[in-house]
Amino acid sequence: MRITCPICGERDSREFSYRGADVALHRPDPEAGEAAWDDYVHLRDNPAGETRDMWYHEGGCGAWIVVTRNTVTHEVIGSELAAEVAR
Amino acid sequence: MGDLIAKSACDGLLPLEIGGATLTEIVFDAITSVAPWRGHEQAVSDALKSQMGAAFPAPNRSTGKAKSRAVWSGRGQALVLGPPLEPIAGAAMTDQTDAWACVALEGPAARDVLARLVPIDLRDGSFKRGHAARTQLMHMSIVLMRTGADRYGIMALRSMAGTLVHDLETAMEAVAARG
Ligand SMILES: [Zn+2]
Repeated sequence: MRITCPICGERDSREFSYRGADVALHRPDPEAGEAAWDDYVHLRDNPAGETRDMWYHEGGCGAWIVVTRNTVTHEVIGSELAAEVAR
Repeated sequence: MGDLIAKSACDGLLPLEIGGATLTEIVFDAITSVAPWRGHEQAVSDALKSQMGAAFPAPNRSTGKAKSRAVWSGRGQALVLGPPLEPIAGAAMTDQTDAWACVALEGPAARDVLARLVPIDLRDGSFKRGHAARTQLMHMSIVLMRTGADRYGIMALRSMAGTLVHDLETAMEAVAARG
C-alpha cells in the first residue's frame, strides 16, 4: 500500500503508523452534553466504503495526516495535513 | 586538566570499501537545528544566507555545498551542517553536533546498496542531486540526501551508529556478491 504524504510525496505504508478514524479532529464542545460525548468517546462506525483515517508519518516528516480511502476497493483517494483539516 | 581526545560517532568502524561502493564518515564542525517561528521564514532564510551562504531549504531539499550545507529535516526545520551559527532572531535553534552519525556512501554501486535498505524511489527522475528525504534505513529513522551523481549523505542518531554501519556493510557485501 502506498500513501501520499502532503509534504514528502508518495511513500511506502511501512513509514506510517495508523491511529484510527479521524474522530480526534471532531472533539465536541465541553458543554455539548452526554450524548455527544458518549458518541465521541465510545461509538465508532465500521463503514464498508469510504473512510477518513488519521495516519502518522513516523518514518518521515512527522506530520499527522488524514487519509481518505475505500475499505472495499482498497483505493487510497487522497490525503491532507491534519493541521489544516482541524484549522 | 588533561587534553581529552574526542571520538567521532563511527570511530573504529569506517572507512569501508566493498565492491563498487565506499562508505566514509563525515565529521562536521557543527550541526545546528534551525526552526523558524511562524512568519519569520524569509528573515531566517536571509540570515542563514549571510551566515553560511545557503538559503533555508524547501521540504525534501538541501542547499549549499559540502562543507556548508542546510538540509530539510522535517516540518518547519532544517539541520545546518558545517559552520557553527550565531543565534538568529525568529528561529528556535539547537546544537546537535554530537547527536548524529553522518556517513557518505558513494560509487557506482551506491544506489543499489541504498535500494536494499530505504523504501523510497531512488531513480534519477525522482531523487536528484540536491534532493533530501526523511525516511528509514531498515527500521531506523534517517535524513537522506543525494549530494552527487553517485554520492549520498546519510544521517542517523549517533547511538545507532553501529547499526547504521552494520546494515550498510551487509547490503554492500550483498550487492558486491552479485558481481
Ligand atoms: Zn511526510
